[in-house]
Amino acid sequence: MPHREASSSLSGILLAPLRGAMAIVDIPMRWVQRRLGTGGVAAAFLAPNMLIFGVFVLFPMFLNVLYSFTGGGALYLDSRVFVGTEQYETLFECRDYLDPASCREDRFWRAARNTAFFVVVQVALLVAASLVTALVLNRKMRARAFWRAVFFFPVLLSPVVVALIWKWILQRNGLLNAMLSEAGIEPVLWLVDRNWAMFWAIFVAIWAHLGFYTLILLAGLQAIPAVLYEAAQMDGTPRWRVFTRITLPLLWPSLIVVILLALIRAVQVFDEVFVLTGGGPGSATLFLVQYIYETGLAQQARNLGLAAAASILMAAVLIVLTLVQLSSSGWRERKEKR
Amino acid sequence: MSTKGMFLAALGFFLSGTVYAQEPVELRFLWYSDGNEGEVMADLLARFQEENPDIKVVLDNVAYTVIRDQLPAQLEAGEGPDLARITTLKDLAPHWLDLRDLIEDPAYWEENFGAYLDWMRPEGSDMIPGYMTQLTITGPFVNRTLFEQAGVELPGEGATWDEWATAVKQVAENQGIPIPLAMDRSGHRFAGPAISMGAKFIGEDGEPAVIDSGFRAMAERIASWHGDGIMSPEIWGSVSGATLRGANEEFANAEVVMYYSGSWQISQFAETIGDAFDWAAVPNPCGPEACTGLPGGAGVVGIKYTEHPEEVAKLMDWLASEPVLKEFYERTLFLPGHAGLAKAGLDYKSDNPSVKASLDTFVKEVGKLAPLANRMPAWDWANISYAAIITRLGQVVAGEMSLEDAYDRIEDDIDQQVSEAKR
Repeated sequence: MPHREASSSLSGILLAPLRGAMAIVDIPMRWVQRRLGTGGVAAAFLAPNMLIFGVFVLFPMFLNVLYSFTGGGALYLDSRVFVGTEQYETLFECRDYLDPASCREDRFWRAARNTAFFVVVQVALLVAASLVTALVLNRKMRARAFWRAVFFFPVLLSPVVVALIWKWILQRNGLLNAMLSEAGIEPVLWLVDRNWAMFWAIFVAIWAHLGFYTLILLAGLQAIPAVLYEAAQMDGTPRWRVFTRITLPLLWPSLIVVILLALIRAVQVFDEVFVLTGGGPGSATLFLVQYIYETGLAQQARNLGLAAAASILMAAVLIVLTLVQLSSSGWRERKEKR
Repeated sequence: MSTKGMFLAALGFFLSGTVYAQEPVELRFLWYSDGNEGEVMADLLARFQEENPDIKVVLDNVAYTVIRDQLPAQLEAGEGPDLARITTLKDLAPHWLDLRDLIEDPAYWEENFGAYLDWMRPEGSDMIPGYMTQLTITGPFVNRTLFEQAGVELPGEGATWDEWATAVKQVAENQGIPIPLAMDRSGHRFAGPAISMGAKFIGEDGEPAVIDSGFRAMAERIASWHGDGIMSPEIWGSVSGATLRGANEEFANAEVVMYYSGSWQISQFAETIGDAFDWAAVPNPCGPEACTGLPGGAGVVGIKYTEHPEEVAKLMDWLASEPVLKEFYERTLFLPGHAGLAKAGLDYKSDNPSVKASLDTFVKEVGKLAPLANRMPAWDWANISYAAIITRLGQVVAGEMSLEDAYDRIEDDIDQQVSEAKR
């Protein structure tokens, strides 16, 4: 007991300056709360963040909308020519939307088609791989912390480094072809063949981000109460049923987050693939963000209006996808409550 | 004087010095390097600053893509460095500082850089915006060792593109080389050979008229060479859009028999290849109309948004002076963009016989340029045309579209970009 008293008085002494500081801060805070109310204080705390969000996100988005209705090579909005919906009309001028070659801006539609394919395949495979990895890493195993670190390590690398590592592996004289040659197999131009280039773009994107999504799912798995599994075990419930009736429903909120983040990230894919394949061969791995970058910034005659219109269309797709995802999650929650 | 008096006098002198000593004017110089030119320029600038302590020059040695992608946006916004080394001299000409009234002797500039001033100033203008740090010319390099080992005779001056294609294929097959012929993935590199085939590029009204029989002749060869394995899709077919893709690493690794690039590669090859094999530039192959490469180059220009135009002009005068430029060209192994030095000749600082032979070849090639090739760098729509050409021919090589579709797309792309630029 004397030991506990001594320790409590020591912590009291150490915390005294903090308590003093809090008492000083408390005086203006009480005054602010009296003047603004609880909601007003919350708004005041949010204001700096919202200001930054407004200046660096909302305002550029608004500017982007304005640029999409202009043409010409000038940078400043007031020097640009108002062209109405001409940029959108250029993007949508197609005989057959399923055939990019029939569109006036064929590279936009090739990029849109590639992006759609990439999103569907990459997100599906990434979520499945993350789930399997999280389930495996959640089990009791030797050197579990080491394996978790192994899967998370690529997340720490810069996308450019990731792409350069894989480029080194996949080039004609790269590691993979060297191994094939050792095995007596002809080298393959992995990044020059259209199908292989898309395969590797998807594979590398999964490899680079798997650890991040696995971590989210792992946290979700660890939040599931162990008693549920114990009860299922006592009832002799088969493992597959445990997975579909306990793990999956309780993991659903984490899965929604993972799917949503992976979806947004996939639509925005650029850096790794740009360094790995440059959008090629031809336009086999040209994605929307690269199209927007090249149209608006990298061409000799920068077409900012067309690039802005394309990015508004991409933002619209992202918003729709997010709303669909959120509404499906809300629908599931309502269903579970019923 | 008493000790106290001396102390006060010294203090007064010190304080007056502190108050009136002027900070040197700082100039930002945006630069990129293909070879050793950044080091050479840093050396020269150190010397300039010793002679002019009132001017401090900060050399921002950045990647070429920074200058290509970021500088134009800065300039559009009325910002940027005080000086820059740049290759898109014509496209951005409205942003250059007119040095005519600021430099000491405009006649010297007219006399020595006059042939290239139209490459870097707006149409019809007589401004003096800068000087060429290097004159470049496109042309092929060959791996002579591979030719010797294969026992194939090197085609001589006047040999056609088809004769070269046959020869390099023989060498590659004999020696097991994966890429017989490589050409930089660039519309600029394609233009010289196309002019040799008879392409006209510029219509009578000065507007683009790119697709004609000469252009088709070269484009068809590019497509068929990819089909025959003479060219590898690794270069033209591997990336998208107008992205530049060189084969310099492959050539240095002896994986290419003939590499069509340009004179700016000499300094890099001197370093990367050394004496690993015998290499050299050879004369431009011929078509029915000419045997020409395409001139171009990089220049240093003053930026008109500078707050220190007089200091910029002082530095430009110094850098463009004959002895300084002579040293710069000799140490960097660049072809001179200075009429006086080109006439007098240069003593390039290299013991490598491949370097000497290549420089000699390119100097001779300058004299053989077709008139149209000389006109291209000063043509307003050259870069727009080059971008459209490489984007679409790249898609042909990748198997995405036919040549006929590519011709239509090239014309559409150029029309669209020209009308957008004219708005």
